[in-house]
Amino acid sequence: MAKIVVDVMLKPEILDPQGNAVASALSRLGFSFAKSVRQGKRFEIEVEGEPTAAQLAEVEKAAEVLLSNPVIENYVVRVEK
Amino acid sequence: MRVGVITFPGTLDDRDAARAVVAGGCEAVSLWHADADLKNVDAVILPGGFSYGDYLRCGAISRFAPVMQSVIEAAGKGMPVLGICNGFQVLCESHLLPGALTRNSDLHFLCRDQEIEIVNNSTPWTSSYKAGEKIVIPLKNGEGSFQCDDKTLAELEGEGRVIARYVGQNPNGSRNLIAGITNAHGNVVGLMPHPEHAIDELTGPSAAGLGFFTSILNAMVK
Repeated sequence: MAKIVVDVMLKPEILDPQGNAVASALSRLGFSFAKSVRQGKRFEIEVEGEPTAAQLAEVEKAAEVLLSNPVIENYVVRVEK
Repeated sequence: MRVGVITFPGTLDDRDAARAVVAGGCEAVSLWHADADLKNVDAVILPGGFSYGDYLRCGAISRFAPVMQSVIEAAGKGMPVLGICNGFQVLCESHLLPGALTRNSDLHFLCRDQEIEIVNNSTPWTSSYKAGEKIVIPLKNGEGSFQCDDKTLAELEGEGRVIARYVGQNPNGSRNLIAGITNAHGNVVGLMPHPEHAIDELTGPSAAGLGFFTSILNAMVK
C-alpha cells in the first residue's frame, strides 16, 4: 500500500512562534546544532495500490483548498513507498 | 431587524452574541452550521469559540459548513457580516476577508481586557462609534495574530479598511496592531476582541462593546 504525503509549512516570511519556542528549548537543553527551527504539518494519506496521476491531482487540489491555507502556508505533495 | 447568530460545533459565544444583538435593539435568530437556510435574516454574526475544535487550522473546517455557503453568497450581495474571534478566523479562511490569524507571538492564550481604537466608523458594524474612539473590551484567544503579505497590508491601510487597532503594546504580534478589518465593500467585518462580552458593566469591563450592535440596527433602519 502506498502513502501520499502532504507536507505543509508556514511560508518563510510568516512568523513561526512555535518553531522559535522549539529552537530556544533545544538550546536550553544543550543542543547547539539549530540555527533556526520551523514547525509544520504532515498529512499521510493511504490509498489502495499505486497512486494514479488523477489521485495525485485530487490531492493537490485538496492541499490547496483544505490542507493548507495558501495565504500563509506552502505545501508539497509526494508519494512514499 | 433580524440578526442571525451561527452556532458551529464548538462555538462558545453564540449566547452572548445573541444577548448583545437583543441589547442593541434587534431580534436574534439562531442559525445552525448544518442548515444552509439563513431564515431571512438581515445580517449575520459568526461568534467566537473553537469551531470543530480548531482542528487543522482555526476556521478551516467551518468554512465548508452548509451555512457558510449561504453566508458567502449573501455577503457577496452586500449583507452585513460580523465575525468575532473564531468568526474572524472563519471569514479569513472563507476568503471573505484577506490575511490569516496565526498563533500569538508569545504563544500564550491571552484573556484580558484590551483597549482598542475604532479607526473606521463607516461600516455597518462601527457607525455608532466616533473615529478614533477608544474602548476597552475583552480579548481572549490563542491565535489572534493578524498576518498578511505586504501588498495586502498596503491595500488595507490605503483603503482605510483597518477598522480597529490595539492600543499600547502589541498583544499578539498582529501586523500594524490590527484588531479588525473590513472587506473592500465594507459590509464584512472581522474583529479579534469581543464586543459581545462588554455590553453590561456588571459582567464586562465596560458597556462599550454595545456600539457594534447598535450600529447594525442603525445601518438597517437607514
